[in-house]
Amino acid sequence: QTLRLTYTTTVVRTKNVGASGPEKYTEAFIKKQIEEFNLGKRHLANMMGEDPETFTQEDIDRAIAYLFPSGLFDKQARPMMKHPTEIFPEQRKIQWGEDGRPFHFLFYTGKQSYYSLMHETYEKLLNVQKYQDQLTGQDLPPQKEKRNLAGSRWLTKIELEEMLLEKLSDDDYSRFIQLLEKLMMMPCSDIEEKYIQKFSKEVPVQLQKIAIEPLKYDERGVAFSTGEGTRKTARATAIVYDNGTGKMTVNGIDILHYFPVLQDREQLLFPFQFLDRVGKHDTVCTVSGGGRSAQAGAIRLASAKALRSFVTEKEVEFMRQAGLLTVDPRVKERKKPGQEGVRRKFTWKKR
Amino acid sequence: DDKLLSGPLSHPDYFNVKELFSLKDLFDARVHLGHKKGCRHRFMEPYIFGCRLDQDIIDLDQTMQHLQLALNFTAHIAYRKGIILFVSRKRQFCHLVETTARECGEYAHTRYWQGGLFTNAHIQFGSGVRLPDLLIFLSSLNNVFEPHVAIRDAAKMNIPTVGVVDTNCNPCLITYPIPGNDDSPSAMELYCKLFRMTITRAKDKRRQNEAFEELR
Repeated sequence: QTLRLTYTTTVVRTKNVGASGPEKYTEAFIKKQIEEFNLGKRHLANMMGEDPETFTQEDIDRAIAYLFPSGLFDKQARPMMKHPTEIFPEQRKIQWGEDGRPFHFLFYTGKQSYYSLMHETYEKLLNVQKYQDQLTGQDLPPQKEKRNLAGSRWLTKIELEEMLLEKLSDDDYSRFIQLLEKLMMMPCSDIEEKYIQKFSKEVPVQLQKIAIEPLKYDERGVAFSTGEGTRKTARATAIVYDNGTGKMTVNGIDILHYFPVLQDREQLLFPFQFLDRVGKHDTVCTVSGGGRSAQAGAIRLASAKALRSFVTEKEVEFMRQAGLLTVDPRVKERKKPGQEGVRRKFTWKKR
Repeated sequence: DDKLLSGPLSHPDYFNVKELFSLKDLFDARVHLGHKKGCRHRFMEPYIFGCRLDQDIIDLDQTMQHLQLALNFTAHIAYRKGIILFVSRKRQFCHLVETTARECGEYAHTRYWQGGLFTNAHIQFGSGVRLPDLLIFLSSLNNVFEPHVAIRDAAKMNIPTVGVVDTNCNPCLITYPIPGNDDSPSAMELYCKLFRMTITRAKDKRRQNEAFEELR
């Protein structure tokens, strides 16, 4: 047997401990840090000659910047003194006590908060079932109050992860939502309403009633209203007057001269034609930007928006469904590198 | 302290677990019912009393002995403040098992078993974690009717196991098997009740003995 001399560094000799994730802090450690922080704050206030009672975080930052000037570029690399809850991130502290026994009864599953949540929700489900059985036993029909399903949504996966301080998988999340839906669908789930509300959020109703502006009156006593419209790069404002003869002026020029093409004038006419008010309104518009067709579209949108004030809510809904009140989102698509145009590719050569 | 730990070991049944159950209780809770003849596992044949209309009947006398040994063992583990982990992959009884564990003050795992929970514990949980000292299987198969991974892992980590084995289970690696039905709700409730009572008894006994020692 030969003796082989092997040279190793101290780095290699240290035990191969696997990455243990972010360091976990005990509660006692964090408490101590908070005490030290408060003490240090008072000392700093004394040093700066200010009142320790009214020493805010901004004062601390200014004091530290004065006492420890640093030329480093990265703001986070400079010396800082912040409350320990900001420095040590909110995370799971060590989960077991001194004798080694974990605190939570589902600790050995790995995902303790998620599984305890499922356990609780299932318990609520069983409660509701028991209550239902009691009611049927007493021959009382189970009441079903109409809950507003449209106005609320469940928490998203990210929000749930923040709530539980634990990573979830998509599967876990969908299972939890299924359980909640099942709980909600039961007739007597009103008893657990509070619990369900913890996981649902109000959704602002999509169809927000856009406030229709009231009619304004000018010096002559004629009612008028304004509207703005855009299309591609064109921006237009239109002022629609009541008791008119159907005259339309754009940038001080009559439409016949400004829009020689019939198609553009048809576009301008469309809102009035839709509401059967062809010869009843006068319009004065200003428009800039865009081309011929874009300006026509912009003025159309602006006059439609102005007409909302003259018209009933039902007709406003009809206009919306006809597409008169929607901004046309189409703009010029950019040319991409490696292609000749927006969509056209360079000629493909076989060899 | 030495007396505290060695005292119970002198008696064969220090915690008197025999009085917690009787043959009639087991029969009423349908513990003797097994699966059909086709599902029978080869190693369960010594525990089977017979077969009626193709359904296996488990021998309750043997069950009584095994149950007494197992309950005695859990009581001793609980007396010595060991960590007990209830494992069951039956979806029907998941809630029951978790509530039993919580009431005892012990731990439960009735969910999907992640690969390296025991064998890779330092990385899964963090360094300095303490693994369970006893595993109690209330159903030793998982959802695909294969032996639960925890049986093999506990054997690897030298953790003793107590398990209810049905006629289609493999009782090999379990230290204290209890041949019995694991599918009926009545049987499961009986097991949960028995384990809960033994563990609470053992913990109370421990507190009593500690109080006696302090008084001296």
